Amino acid sequence: MIYNNKVFRFVMGLIMFLLVMACILPFILLIASSFTSEVALTKYGYSFIPTEFSLSAYEYIWSVKDNIIRAYGMSFFVTGVGTLASVTMTLLFAYPLSRHDLPGRRVLSFFLFFTMLFNGGFVPTYMVYSRIFHLTDKVWALIIPYLLMNAFFVIMVRTYINSNIPTEVIEAAMIDGSREFNTLFHIIIPMSKPIIGTISLMTAIGYWNNWTNGVYFIQTRRELYGIQNYLNSVLSNIAFLQTHSNPNIRITELPSISIRMAIAVIALLPILFAYPFFQKTFVKGITIGSVKG
Amino acid sequence: MKAKNKKNKMSFQKFKRYIPLYIMMLPGFIYLLINNYMPMAGLTLAFKKVNYQIGLFKSPWSGLDNFKYLFLTNDAFIFFRNTILYNLAFILLGNIVGILVAISLDTIRNKFFKRFSQIVILIPYLLSTVIISYIVFAFLSGNNGFINKSILPIFGIEPISWYNQAKYWPVIITIVYLWMTFGYSSILYYSTLIGIDKSYYEAATVDGAGTWAQIRHITLPSLKPTIITLVLLAIGRICYSDFGLFYQVPMNSGLLYSTTQTIDTYIYRGLLELNDIGRSTAGGFLQSILGFTCVLTANYVVSKIDKESSLF
Repeated sequence: MIYNNKVFRFVMGLIMFLLVMACILPFILLIASSFTSEVALTKYGYSFIPTEFSLSAYEYIWSVKDNIIRAYGMSFFVTGVGTLASVTMTLLFAYPLSRHDLPGRRVLSFFLFFTMLFNGGFVPTYMVYSRIFHLTDKVWALIIPYLLMNAFFVIMVRTYINSNIPTEVIEAAMIDGSREFNTLFHIIIPMSKPIIGTISLMTAIGYWNNWTNGVYFIQTRRELYGIQNYLNSVLSNIAFLQTHSNPNIRITELPSISIRMAIAVIALLPILFAYPFFQKTFVKGITIGSVKG
Repeated sequence: MKAKNKKNKMSFQKFKRYIPLYIMMLPGFIYLLINNYMPMAGLTLAFKKVNYQIGLFKSPWSGLDNFKYLFLTNDAFIFFRNTILYNLAFILLGNIVGILVAISLDTIRNKFFKRFSQIVILIPYLLSTVIISYIVFAFLSGNNGFINKSILPIFGIEPISWYNQAKYWPVIITIVYLWMTFGYSSILYYSTLIGIDKSYYEAATVDGAGTWAQIRHITLPSLKPTIITLVLLAIGRICYSDFGLFYQVPMNSGLLYSTTQTIDTYIYRGLLELNDIGRSTAGGFLQSILGFTCVLTANYVVSKIDKESSLF
């Protein structure tokens, strides 16, 4: 903070400026290219300034909008249901663990903690979900595997309850005859709002950005794809844009070079617009994770 | 007999008031059982010849055949080497960049610029690997990429087909990784930096300490616990890689396997693309066991250095 050396301060400011540019410019490249005509792109490639302004990529995307709207709908559904279920399960698991008088508390804590140290890895997990529970091509495959409960978040919530809610408050409620579920809903949850906000945001971002579950478990029912999986398929196979709708447009007419960028922009904008509103909580979620639970 | 019954009954009375708490924990308990403990038991598949027709449980045991088969080719060496070398590079460079950026955030006095930088550098960390792979594609695409069309011609270099040439990928992957994560690590370091008592710097300035001396004797020592924690956490995960970064960012290009295949992409390809279950289960088994060993070792080391920072 003090560093008074002018040269040093200038160099540091310059580094920061360059890094900020490095974080912004790639998005400008995407956006500018998506507004450039196909002809100009073939000639000059993706560039930061649209050499020849054109909306053809967006016009084309408008013609297959049903696909994109459905993919967005799936993403919102999976994120909403997943986050709600996940946060509920996390709270339900964390509150009893925070109770020092709970018989078997140490065993249950270890049961939870051990999952952070050791795991079976991809193959057995895949086998459990696809061969034993038959989740392949079901919407639950996007919600349940890997993402539904994170041991780390449970520990974060438990620690928060232990260090911010005095045992006396819980005991007083019990003496007044409050049942455990009442205590959880009327005392613990209202008093844990900050941590609930943080883990909800982190969980929601996790669901929104997840595409691996779709790759692993959605094999034929592509209509279940969320926006990430949809994008993923378009990047490797531009013709994917057309599947499920508009079979009349021929693949040769696709402005494929600009479309790739336009579709990335469409997937990108909502989260970029929302980001400033949750930025503070996001930073809190990141830094809280570094502090031992 | 009677006395025992009475005792049981009493402890049951005491136990009864905890039943609602156990009911609360039930969903999470079942989930951990399915999502975490069943796959642990599933590691035994590595010693079986999996046959879907007869079922996972009835598939015959095959001893170490899967492992022999795994090490039959050079593949295992390549993916282990890639996984570990990439992780070492990530740990070293990631932390250096993180610390550097944290210090430079701390140096900036203009409030707006400081706030703006903090917001912007986290954007790459917020995005999914799918979006990241689109951005990389915009730069590296063979026919239309920004680098081939706009940068290389300036230097008179012929276009390079990036997605076909393995030798460039160690650098590309490392740059993409640093771009994705530097905001995250620098925010972590920065949150430690703002906690440093400013009077140390004032005293050092009065004593005539220059900038470098201040960094060396005040800033870096106060970051030490954070550095140790982050490095050891990363070493605990040295056998794991970000699947998206190594699968999606190189666009699953087969020509790049020699420098982009990691343990996770190998297992995935073996299981779902090549139907080579034996090798995948064997590779996954090694990853889990080595991963567990690394976590325990890293934690043991950290508990020796600094009891406070250890996980358990």
